[in-house]
Amino acid sequence: MLSLKNISTTHRKRPLCNLSAELESGKIYTILGRTGAGKTELLRIVMGLDDIADGHLELDGQNLADRPVRLRQMSMVYQQFINYPHLTVVQNVAFPLRRQGFSRADAHDRAMAALALVGLAGFEHRMPPELSGGQQQRVAIARAIVKKARILLMDEPLANLDYKLREKLREEFPRLLAENADGIILYSTTEPAEAMQLGHEMIVMHEGCILAMGAPADIFENPATVEVAKLVSDPPVSICHGEIANGQLMLAGTALPEGAGLVLKGDGPIQVGIRPDALSIGGDMPAKVVLAEFSGSDTIVHLSLEFGAAVMLLEGIHEFKTDQSIQVSLDTSTLLLFSAEGKNITERRSNG
Amino acid sequence: MGRTYHIIKYLCLLVWTAFVVFPFLWALSTSFKDANAVTSGARYLPWVEFEPSVQGWTSLFASGSQGINIVTPFLNSASVTLLASIVSLGLGTLAAYGLSRYSYKVGFVKNSDITFFFISQRIMPPIVLAIPFFLMLKEIQALDTIFGLVIVYVALLLPIAVWVMTDFFASIPKELDEMAMIDGCTPIGAFFRVVLPNSTAGLVVAGMFCLIFGWNDFFFAFILTFTETQLLPVAIVSLNSSVTPWWSLSAFALISVTPLALIAIVVERFMSRGSLAGAFR
Repeated sequence: MLSLKNISTTHRKRPLCNLSAELESGKIYTILGRTGAGKTELLRIVMGLDDIADGHLELDGQNLADRPVRLRQMSMVYQQFINYPHLTVVQNVAFPLRRQGFSRADAHDRAMAALALVGLAGFEHRMPPELSGGQQQRVAIARAIVKKARILLMDEPLANLDYKLREKLREEFPRLLAENADGIILYSTTEPAEAMQLGHEMIVMHEGCILAMGAPADIFENPATVEVAKLVSDPPVSICHGEIANGQLMLAGTALPEGAGLVLKGDGPIQVGIRPDALSIGGDMPAKVVLAEFSGSDTIVHLSLEFGAAVMLLEGIHEFKTDQSIQVSLDTSTLLLFSAEGKNITERRSNG
Repeated sequence: MGRTYHIIKYLCLLVWTAFVVFPFLWALSTSFKDANAVTSGARYLPWVEFEPSVQGWTSLFASGSQGINIVTPFLNSASVTLLASIVSLGLGTLAAYGLSRYSYKVGFVKNSDITFFFISQRIMPPIVLAIPFFLMLKEIQALDTIFGLVIVYVALLLPIAVWVMTDFFASIPKELDEMAMIDGCTPIGAFFRVVLPNSTAGLVVAGMFCLIFGWNDFFFAFILTFTETQLLPVAIVSLNSSVTPWWSLSAFALISVTPLALIAIVVERFMSRGSLAGAFR
């Protein structure tokens, strides 16, 4: 068990503020946050590369703060393809094993097995700069998993790869990470889909703080704050200002139809979260197209509505012109309600 | 367009090559002249314009009153330059690594101030340092010795090594050292096992600068030696008397530039093979 207790740092770029978490062995924890949220800094303090200003970091009850990096039984995959340029691929993977005291032959055999696992059999005598970006990152992954470390840290390992390679490696990750199944895996990413696909648990970070931690599906369905709702959805949840008046949900002075299953308590201003798939073409709500972009096989349409700006996600490719007037409908059953301060106040009536 | 461009390009290169090579050719030509050929106007082509003589070359290795002892100054120069370069490169590399990877702060002094302190040693006019060096060497009885010169040359070459290597280490991602530590190295182990093997290009460049500056220095070799430990530049200048033997002086000068020329050729081949190509991307 890795315990973070009220950890703060004084890092110049992104200080961490009072982080606390209990991370169990055998689980993959994905850390989701925008660039600059403090994900890398969190990994670096766990690894011992940066100092903790305040708080405690413990592994199985033992204080980690005074333990040198080399003795922390951890391995790491960086966002950049960090390999030893002067060593061959197999020497790269065998490097940590040699430092652990494995014989040359044993280290070589284990390195070859790791290379086969990441699909680099036959590349063992190449030098890292001779490989493609994806292959270089595979070497780094092989070197990280060959150690069978207690804690495996992965800092946006797919960020510098092209789309296709990213997809391919992402599909392979569950199999590769199974090599470290007994350890704790911390995987940082800026992509919600990646975080939810890989993580047993998800940690959402923003401006150096942990905003939410739990099962990805739970966080997605019931985000604690407006910021969490924005972070865990891609395209992000659109936030509009509305109010509850006389038990009705009002957006831009218009009451939304009943039937959403929402419990509307107490009058006053609120923030309304609209999921991208809650809007669809057709209906009686006038909207103007601000921008339409294609993402894979989907179309993301940025709309200007009476009550504010919102994003609509449509399956398939749809052509829209800028400033085109269209009619859309809003599925109110998936709306999220937040207090004016941004706290989730969504309550749904139980069907039973 | 293409043909004209090539002609102009090669003409320019030819002119530049002649400009660079001419002093060497002239020195080579002069080294095979005798007193008569030297003093009777500009003559370039042996056997055509003058009768070649090997007197300039043989006198460098001859003994007796006619001989000019080149071997001892050559060995002195080689010893001082090599020792000072090795020590400077060793200390300079370690200092540069420290400056590039760790933050120091003592009062108002920070990393950039320390780096500037090293560089400032080269900004100062040598004459400012000459008297302190002279007095210090006198105090430790190291005037006119190889040991004394090595100490002074280390002080002169160290800033160059620190400067070049600090710049080079800045181009090596610090994540590489971190990765080595994560993989089980101590900080010093990470330096020797990972950073240093990837610093060949920087070491070669810094080493070249140290060798060139050390080998060519005349000022300190002149001020801090008398008769016991003469270095090549001083020995060459000492040939200049009321009757200067230009033939011997030219041969002497050509021999003195040969080691650096050979090193430059070897390094150029090494570099052109791509051995020093950037390993990071």
